[in-house]
Amino acid sequence: MSAPLIDFDEVIANFDPVLGLEVHVELGTASKMFCGCATEFGAEPNTQVCPTCLGLPGSLPVVNGTAVESAIRIGLALNCSIASWCRFARKNYFYPDMPKNFQTSQYDEPICFEGYLDVDVETDEGTRTFRVEIERAHMEEDTGKSLHVGGSTGRIHGADFSLVDYNRAGIPLIEIVTKPLEGAGKYAPEVAKAYVGALRDLLRGLGVSDVKMEQGSLRCDVNLSLRTSPDAPLGTRTETKNVNSLRSVERAIRYEMQRQAALLADGTAIIQETRHWHEDTGVTTSGRVKSDAEDYRYFPEPDLVPVAPSAEWIEQLRSQLPEPPAERSKRLRQEWGISEKEMQSVINAGALDLVLATIAEGADPAASRKWWLGELARRANDEGVELESLAITAKQVADLEALVQSGRLNDKLARQVIDGVLAGEGEPAAVADSRGLQIVSDDSALLAAINEAIAADPDAAQKIRDGKVAAAGALVGAVMKATQGQADAGRVRELVLQELGQ
Amino acid sequence: MSDLIHASAVELAAQIANKTVSAVEVAQAHLDRIAEVDGRVNAFLYVDGDGALEQARAVDHAVASGQALSPLAGVPLALKDVLTQTGVPTTAGSKILEGWRPPYDATVVERLRDAGVVILGKTNMDEFAMGSSTENSAYGPTHNPWDLERIPGGSSGGSAAAVSAYEAPLAIGTDTGGSIRQPAAVTGIVGAKPTYGAVSRYGLVAFSSSLDQAGPFARTVVDTALLHSVIAGHDPRDSTSIKEPVPDVVGAAKSADVSKMRIGVVRELSGEGYQPGVQARFDEAVELLRAQGAEIIEISCPSFTYALGAYYLIAPSECSSNLARFDAMRFGLRTDDNGELSAEDVMRHTRAAGFGPEVKRRIILGTYALSSGYYDAYYGQAQKVRTLITRDFEAAWASVDVLISPTTPTEPFRIGERVNDPVAMYKADLCTLPSSLYGGPAISVPIGLGDENLPVGLQVMAPVMADDQVYRVASAVEKALAQQWGGLLLDQAVAL
Ligand SMILES: [Zn+2]
Repeated sequence: MSAPLIDFDEVIANFDPVLGLEVHVELGTASKMFCGCATEFGAEPNTQVCPTCLGLPGSLPVVNGTAVESAIRIGLALNCSIASWCRFARKNYFYPDMPKNFQTSQYDEPICFEGYLDVDVETDEGTRTFRVEIERAHMEEDTGKSLHVGGSTGRIHGADFSLVDYNRAGIPLIEIVTKPLEGAGKYAPEVAKAYVGALRDLLRGLGVSDVKMEQGSLRCDVNLSLRTSPDAPLGTRTETKNVNSLRSVERAIRYEMQRQAALLADGTAIIQETRHWHEDTGVTTSGRVKSDAEDYRYFPEPDLVPVAPSAEWIEQLRSQLPEPPAERSKRLRQEWGISEKEMQSVINAGALDLVLATIAEGADPAASRKWWLGELARRANDEGVELESLAITAKQVADLEALVQSGRLNDKLARQVIDGVLAGEGEPAAVADSRGLQIVSDDSALLAAINEAIAADPDAAQKIRDGKVAAAGALVGAVMKATQGQADAGRVRELVLQELGQ
Repeated sequence: MSDLIHASAVELAAQIANKTVSAVEVAQAHLDRIAEVDGRVNAFLYVDGDGALEQARAVDHAVASGQALSPLAGVPLALKDVLTQTGVPTTAGSKILEGWRPPYDATVVERLRDAGVVILGKTNMDEFAMGSSTENSAYGPTHNPWDLERIPGGSSGGSAAAVSAYEAPLAIGTDTGGSIRQPAAVTGIVGAKPTYGAVSRYGLVAFSSSLDQAGPFARTVVDTALLHSVIAGHDPRDSTSIKEPVPDVVGAAKSADVSKMRIGVVRELSGEGYQPGVQARFDEAVELLRAQGAEIIEISCPSFTYALGAYYLIAPSECSSNLARFDAMRFGLRTDDNGELSAEDVMRHTRAAGFGPEVKRRIILGTYALSSGYYDAYYGQAQKVRTLITRDFEAAWASVDVLISPTTPTEPFRIGERVNDPVAMYKADLCTLPSSLYGGPAISVPIGLGDENLPVGLQVMAPVMADDQVYRVASAVEKALAQQWGGLLLDQAVAL
C-alpha cells in the first residue's frame, strides 16, 4: 500500500505546503441538534432515536438553543464575527446512514465567520507564533453510523450486509474551517498539530464538548496541497480523513507532503480525492475521487426559522467567556515563574489542564508539573495513550504529592504508589498501606543500619571522622540500599554525621 | 339515520351533548354511509371502523359522566392520508409508503382526539399532495359526488368528496397551492387554508415545507370555523408555527357582518381562461356583498400572473429534498432487495417502482432547479417573485380588508381529460397559488352552479393572521345565498 516517498528535507527544499483544516466538534449538549433525544456515547444501538432523528415522514426539526449558544461561544473564543441573522441549509445527498438523505447544515450563512487562533510552535529560531485564520464555524447535525459486516475491508464494498445505528444521527456538530494556511513551510505539520491541540484546549475550556479524538467527538480532516514556491498557484489538494489524534495530525501531514512531493517530482499529477489515514501503518490510502462539481443542491432549510441572536445576548456570552488559553498560559507562566519554553512543553504534552487541576487539589505548581511531565508522561508514552487517558486523576496526583510532602513517601516510593494506582489498586494512601510503602523514620531502626554500614566500610567512616563529610554519600547509599529505599535519605545523612562526631 | 348524515357538525354535537343521539350512533351512521357509497366515490383509502367506534364510545362515556365537552365532541371526521395517526396506515397516496403504520400522531390528530372528534378513516389524495384532481393517487381516482365522471379536485379530493357525499360532516385536508380550496369549490362545500404557520405541520408528510398547510372542510362556514379553531394554535414541535392566539374565526363566521368592509376584486384573476358561468356566479356574489354594505374596490396585483411559474419551481425544489427520505431503508416499500444489489441500487429500484409519474416529474424539476449553476436562475428567481407577490398583497391591504376571486377558473373537468397535459392541470390552481405563496389565509365557499351545472366557488383572501376576515365574508355569502336557495348548494346535488 505504501506509496513512494521523498525525504522531508527535500520536500521543503522544492515545495511550499498549503494546509487547510476542517475540524468537526460534537457538542456535549444533553439532547440532539433538532430533537429531544439523548446524546450519551456508547448506548445500545438505536435506543436514542425518535421520528425526527430517524427522518420519519411528517417529522420536523426544532433547533437546540444550547447548541446555538455553544456555537456562538466557540465563535467568540475564536475571535469570529457572529451573524446577527443566519439560516440552516439542506445539504442533499443519498447515504443510508443519513435518515433524511439531506444533512441539515449551514451553507452561505454560517453563524460564525472570520476569526483566528494564534498558536506557538518551537522553531530553530525559538518560539514562533503562527496565526491560523478561521474562515467559518457553522452548526450541523451528525449522521448515523454504519457497520459493514462481512468482507475484508470493513467498508461497504464487499460486505455481506450493513447495520446502521442512528443514535449518533442528529448529534450537534460544529464544523470549524480554516482559511488556507500558508507560509508555515517545514513547520506545517507542527503548526497543524499545535492548532488542533490549541483548539481542543479552547473547546475544553469552554466546556462545550468532551473533545475526545479517539471517541470521535473531535474529528479532523486535513486538506493539503504543494506548490513549487509561495508565488506559484495553488496545487491540487487531497483531503485526508480519519486523523484521530494530535500525533496523527502531524504524521499524516508529513506523510502526505512526502507522498505528494514524490509524485510531483516524478511529473505525476495529484488526484483531487479523499484519502484515509491509517494510524497503525502510518500511511494514507485513496478514498473516493472528489470533484469540485459535486453538487449538494444546498437551499435554505424551510422547516426552520432563521437564527437571529440579539447583540445583547452575544455580548453577554462574550463577557462570560473563560480566559483565552493564550492569555491564560502567559499569566500562569508568570505566576509559576517558568520560561516560555517550559510552558510550551506543558501545553504540548497536553498537561496544562491536568496540572491546573492538580494544583486546584492542593499540590504546588512545580510538583504538579514534575509529576505530569515526568513520571506520568513516561507512563503515557509507554502505554501509547494520551496523558489525560491515564488511569490516574489530578486529585490522586495531588494526594500522592501530599504523601511525599508529609515525609511518608519519597520519590522512589511514590513511583511504586503510581504503579498501584494505575493498576487499579485504589487511592494513593491505600496503595501505600497495602504495599507497605513508608519511609523508615524510626531513628533507632536507622541507627542499626548505619552502624552496620560503618562496620562494613571503616575507611569511609574514618574519612568522615577526619572531616571529609563528602564521604558520607557512600554510607548513606549503603543504608538506603539496606532499607530498600524506604528511608529518608536526608535524615540518614544527618544521623551518619552525628554518629561519626560531625 | 339519514338525518344524521345530513346534519351539520353543530347540530350533531348538540344532539350528542343533549343525549338525543349517541356518538356511536352518529359514527355508525357515517360508517354505513361509507359502506353504501364509497365503492362509487372512492374517497377513503382506509376506514378505521373499530377505531372510530372506540373514540365514539369514549365521547358517550364523557357525556354520560357529565364531563365538559368540546364543541365538536363526537362529530365524525375524514382525515387526509397525509397526516400521521398512530398505528393507522398512512400512504400519502403513494405506493412507496404502502403498509407503513406511523408510530406517532400528527399534532392535528392529537388535537382532534383531545376535542373528541371521531376519525372515521384516511382519505384519498394525489400522491404526496401533488395534483389538482386526485387522479395522481396510486390507489385510483376519487369521483366527484356531483358527477362521478368528474374529478373532485385535488390534492385533497378524497376529503372534499367525503364531505360532499355525506360520508363525513367534517374533513381535514392540506393545501400547498390550493389543495383544500379548489376541491372544496368543485364539490360544492367550504374549505379553508389557514394562515401558514397557524396549524402545526408536525406529522404532515411534507410536500413543500414552506407552503404546506392543513385546514378544515365542512358543508357550512360555521362548521369549518369550528374545526379550524380545534386544529389551529401554536405547537413547539413545528418551528414555523406562529406564537399568537388563534383569531376568533367562529365568532366571525357567526356574525357574517360585512357592512363597511372593504372588499377588493383582483383584476388579474378573471378574463381569459375563466368559464363564463364561473365569472357570472362570481359577479353575482360580488353584488350580494355590495348589497350587504361592503365597499367593492377593484385591485390590481400584477405579480399574481407569475405565481404559477414561481410555484412550480419552489414546490418541486422543496419536494425533491423532502422526498429523498423515501429510500427503502427504514420504512415503506423496498424493492429488489435480493442480497445481490447494493444499498444504492435498492434505493434506486424502490424509488423507480414506488413513485408515480407526477411525483417523479416534480422531483426531476426540483432537482434541476436547485442544481449548482441553475439555482439563481430558477429557485432564486422564484423566491424573488414570491416576494413580489407578497408585496402585491401588502399593497392591497392598504386599501382593502380582503381580496376575492373565483376559486377556480373552471368547473370540474372530466376524469382523464387533463392527465396528459400537466400545464392545463396546473392551471386549475391559478387563483389559489398567490395566497399560498404569500402565506395568508383563504377560504372557498359555494356560490352556485356554472355552465355545466357543476359547483363554482368564491375565494376570499385576507392578511396573515386575519383568518377571521375570510370566515366573515364567506359566511355573509353563504347566508345570502341560503335565503335564495332555501338551503345549501349541496342540497341541489343529485342524491348518490
Ligand atoms: Zn430524536
